[in-house]
Order: sequence, then C-alpha cells, then structure tokens
Amino acid sequence: MNFTRFGRPAVIAVVAALALSSCAANEAAPAASDAATASALTGTLTGAGSSAQGSAQEAWIAAFQTANPDVTVNYDPSGSGAGRATFIAGGSDFAGSDSYLKDEELAGTFAACAPTGKAVDLPVYISPIAVIFNVEGVKDLNLDSPTLAKIFKGDITTWNDPAIAALNPKATLPTTAITAVHRSDDSGTTKNFSDYLNQTAPDVWTEKPGDPFPYQTGEGAKGTSGVVDAVTNGTGTIGYADASRAGKLGVAKIKVGDKFVGYTAEAAAAVVAESPLVEGRDASDLAIKVDRLTTDPTHYPLVLVSYALVCTEYAKPAQGELVKAYVSYMAGTDGQSVAASAGGAAPLSADLADKVAAVLESIK
Amino acid sequence: MTTIVARDTIRAPQRAGDRIFSTATVVAGSLILAVLAAVAAFLLVQSLPAFVATPADFKGDAANFWAYVWPLAFGTLWSALLALLIAIPLAIGIALFISHYAPRKLAQGLGYIIDLLAAVPSVVFGLWGIGVLAPLLQPFYTSLVEWFGWIPLFAGPVSGTGRTILTVSIVLAVMVLPIITAICREIFLQTPVLYEEASLALGATRWEMIAMAVLPFGRSGIISASMLGLGRALGETMAVAMVLSPSPQVIFALLTSQNPTTIAANIALNFPEAHGTGVNILLATGLVLFVITLAVNMVARVIINRRKAFSGAN
Repeated sequence: MNFTRFGRPAVIAVVAALALSSCAANEAAPAASDAATASALTGTLTGAGSSAQGSAQEAWIAAFQTANPDVTVNYDPSGSGAGRATFIAGGSDFAGSDSYLKDEELAGTFAACAPTGKAVDLPVYISPIAVIFNVEGVKDLNLDSPTLAKIFKGDITTWNDPAIAALNPKATLPTTAITAVHRSDDSGTTKNFSDYLNQTAPDVWTEKPGDPFPYQTGEGAKGTSGVVDAVTNGTGTIGYADASRAGKLGVAKIKVGDKFVGYTAEAAAAVVAESPLVEGRDASDLAIKVDRLTTDPTHYPLVLVSYALVCTEYAKPAQGELVKAYVSYMAGTDGQSVAASAGGAAPLSADLADKVAAVLESIK
Repeated sequence: MTTIVARDTIRAPQRAGDRIFSTATVVAGSLILAVLAAVAAFLLVQSLPAFVATPADFKGDAANFWAYVWPLAFGTLWSALLALLIAIPLAIGIALFISHYAPRKLAQGLGYIIDLLAAVPSVVFGLWGIGVLAPLLQPFYTSLVEWFGWIPLFAGPVSGTGRTILTVSIVLAVMVLPIITAICREIFLQTPVLYEEASLALGATRWEMIAMAVLPFGRSGIISASMLGLGRALGETMAVAMVLSPSPQVIFALLTSQNPTTIAANIALNFPEAHGTGVNILLATGLVLFVITLAVNMVARVIINRRKAFSGAN
C-alpha cells in the first residue's frame, strides 16, 4: 500500500524529469552546432525601456542568443522613461525608448559611456498605430485629423455627426453615442497619437503630447489589449492601438493630403524614411522628426518610432562589442523581419538601415 | 509537623517544551508587529518627496499631493461602499438560506461552492468583468440612463462599453461575497437553539424567529464580516485596474465613461512606467490607502466592542 501511495508520484516525477530533460537536450543541440559558425562573443548585455518594443525584444533576444550561445541578453520592458533613467545612471548597456533623448539629457553624462563617448539615438522599431472602431453597420470609415481630434476630445459625441457624415457619404452612420477609448496607463502609443493630432489639428488638440492621455474625456483601458478588448466588446467604440493588434476590427483610414490612407507597413516605413532628422544634433544621432504633416498619400504618418539608445564609446570596450553586435542584428534585415512577424513592426527602409549600420560600425 | 514554605519558593519546574513554545509565540506575535512597522516606515520614508513635489510632477492638473490623492481616495471608498451595499444583503440572504432554510445536503454543497468562489484569483474576476459582465450590462445601462437619467446617479452619457464603476462594484461584490457569507453562516449557526425554539414556541413564524433571535444575535458578527469584506474591496487592485475606465475626478454618476479610480488600481496602472518622483507619489498614495484601511478597521473594532454583549463569542 505504502509503495503505491508514495511510489506513484515518484514514478511520475521520474518520468517527468526524463521527459523534460530530453526536451532540453533537443533544444540545446542546434544551438551547439551554431556555436561553431557564430562569433566568439561572450558576456551579458542588459537593456531596459520601451514596452512597445517588448515583444520584438523577446524575439530578437531568442534569435540572437541562439546564434551566440555564450551571450546573455536581458531586456526589462519597464517603460521608456524608466529605461532612459536607467541608461543615464549606467544601470544598463542600452535603452529602448519611444522618444529620443532630450537636449538636456544629452548635455548630461552617461555612466555607461567612456568620457570621450556620448549617447546617440538609433531608430530600430517602427510601428504603425491603427485607429480601430466597432460601429454596427459601418465597415469603412474615413476620418481627417480635426474630426479624429474632436472625437477623442469629446467634442463630437454621436456617430451621425455632420462632420463624420461629410467624410463618409456612402456609409450609413447610426445615431449611437461615440465611446472613445484611450490608454489608461502611460504609453508611447498615446504620445505619438497625441503628437499626430497636435501637429495636424493644432486648433482642436491643444495639449502637448505626453505619455498620459491629456484630456479627461472618453474611456480609459489598460494596455493595448485592454483598448482592443474595450473596443471589441463595446458599442459605438473607437480607439487607437498598435496596428498589429487590430485583428478583425474595423480600421479607419486617415486623411493624408487629399486622400484617405489605411495603414500598411510600407506606408509607415515610407513616412519615416522621408522624415528629416532632428536638427542640431551630432551626425551619428539618428533621432527622427516624423513628418506628421506629410501630404504624400503613400505615407501613413500615424506611426510610433522607437529607438535604441547606445553609447558611441563604452567605458568597457567588451560591452561596446556586445551592443554593436546586438543592435546591428536588431536593425539588420533579419532582425527587422523577426520584429515584423513578432510585433507587427514596419521594417526600416534600406536607406535608414544603412545609416544605422554606419553609426553602429563606429561604436567602440 | 508543619512546615511553612515561603510563597515565592513554590515554583513549577521549567520544562524545555514550555520555554520553547512560549518563546515561539512571543516571536510570532512580535513578528507581525515588526512587519507592520517595517511596511509603515518604508511607506513613510519613500513618500516624503511626494508631499513637497511640484505640480509638474503630477499627472493631470493636480496642484499638490492632496489634490492628486483626493479623487483616488474617494473612488476607493465609493467603489467599496457600493460593493458592500450589493454584497451584504445578498450574503445575509445566502447565509440564512444555508443555515436555516435549505435541506442539509443542499446547504453543504452550497457552502462548498461559496467557499470555492473565494479561491478564484482576482485577475480571473477581472477578465470575467471585462469580457462577460461589462458587455452584458451595457444595454441595461443604456435603458437605465434613458429612463432614469434624471436621477444624478444614473446621469448620462452612458458608457459604450459598460466598463463603469457600477460594473466594478458588482465584480467587487462577487469577490467579497464568499468572505461575508462564510462568516455570517458560522455566526447564524451559533444562535442558541433554545432562543430559536422559544420564539417558535411563542408562535413566531420562521421569519419572525430569524428577525427576533438569529439576526440580533449575529449582528456584531455581520458587522465584522462586512468589515473583512470591506478590507478586500478597498485593496482590490487587478480586477479594478482591468475593468474600470478611470478618470481622476470625483464623480457620483455610475454609468458614464468617466469614473473615479481607486488608489490600488491607480498604482497598478502607473507604476510600470513611473520613475523619479512619480514613484514616490504612487507610494504616498499607498500610504494613504494604508491609513484608510487602518481607520476603517479601527472603526469596525469600536462598533463590535460596543455590541459585545450580543457577540457570537459568548
């Protein structure tokens, strides 16, 4: 009796241990064979910052560590602000950030950089932001930015408002009230959405862009998934979210120039590629001033550009080598296609990718 | 032959077991005080910078810490109060059904199910609230606003998703229900059978017997059960953060998109991206929550002590 009582769990444990360990053995095998071809990089790389980059970073880390089995990469998606603070204080080797370093941050010292080095912004992740909606009987929706701004500011309250009807002559708009859903937590998505509205409809959207949603109207929801959930389950709802998460929801086209443009990875990449760099910065700093006011209908200006913040010269050269290898992978063709499939990112244009590669080449 | 033994020389022999046990209980007893003191000290020290923070450090329009925390404190108390208003009558009803009305077998099964409800993690309640309850209630809210919009509580415009403070309160009520029910049931079962039989013998109906014997006997138990439930409702984080559409204002309307949020949910939402003074501000709101719960518990203690004569303990 006692044997069966204690024996059974023991047998299960042994079987489970065998099964699990054999699994691990299978996984280890290809990594070992890769090691022969991979470079001899070793060490631990620490990064922190943007949660928008979170899922892409996971995919990048998995692929990079498979190719370089002696390297450990840690990325803490603690948020852009926290990531920048950690990087400045020297707690991480690189940072992910949805906004580039401010001038006053650049003027200070970076603990991880050598005294002769400085920190630079490198765009590595471009994600279009989709305006999603769930309105009964409406499949296609065209919105220009003043209308979009008024909806999210609470000035337009019903779907059959003349302003919306004028833009959608073919649609049958219901009398339903509009529930505009925004992020209730701080988010780079909100900041970019806000920036777009602030630049394209400055008369309506008077608040400066920031991580929290600026107005006390509409409905808040936690995280991208919370917004998507709220829009999906509600009636007469509209919201904004990373385009990759829009799913089967209706996606509004936004007005660019004279035409209404839906998001595509190409259009998002195009607007970033043709946007100017932020002025008054070092040549190696690739901070992009996204051209929200573009009138070219092949552009989709409602995008989020997320950066990797790195030093041009590291206090510890070994860390410099690691950062160089890892960020080169992120910004390279492989890394960008991994990010596209993992997080729905739009790949960097070839021109921009070359610029990033050139800066990375000089990292010491 | 008499020997007078001095009083202080009589002593029970000290046994190792006694000493170890008494030391262990003293350690256990003081440990809880030490932990509480450590938490309070941590909160106090960490929240000091928040009290002198400049308006730029606060999200929204708050000019100072008190203006920032006031709507949150209000939301915390308001949602917990609504939850208790829903949960207490329901819990007393369920407890009475189990203790006095249901056939024994059914009562046992029902008791287990209620206890099971207490074991469901709050994140699951959050998912249920956002995925099932809110869409289910939304059409009901729409008609409520249409018909009863003139009552300030039900003022429009109605939320299109149903993720309002009323939905949150219902979720919270479901969460605190098992706690209140379980304690009430135990208290009601302790009513002396003599009292019950006496009132029945005097010609009382079953309801009259409950009103005259069971409820007065269990009153302080009901209060302490409610206070335990209140404690959970005040501190509930995940379900509120997931379900509620928050807005930092003091609003009494139950069905709009703008709802006062709770301290715990606000911390959960904003902590991941907070840095610098932002962290101190959030911790300071935590201190306020700590003080509120402490105050609520003390008030409950006072109420229970006042009615000690009828408590279930004697």
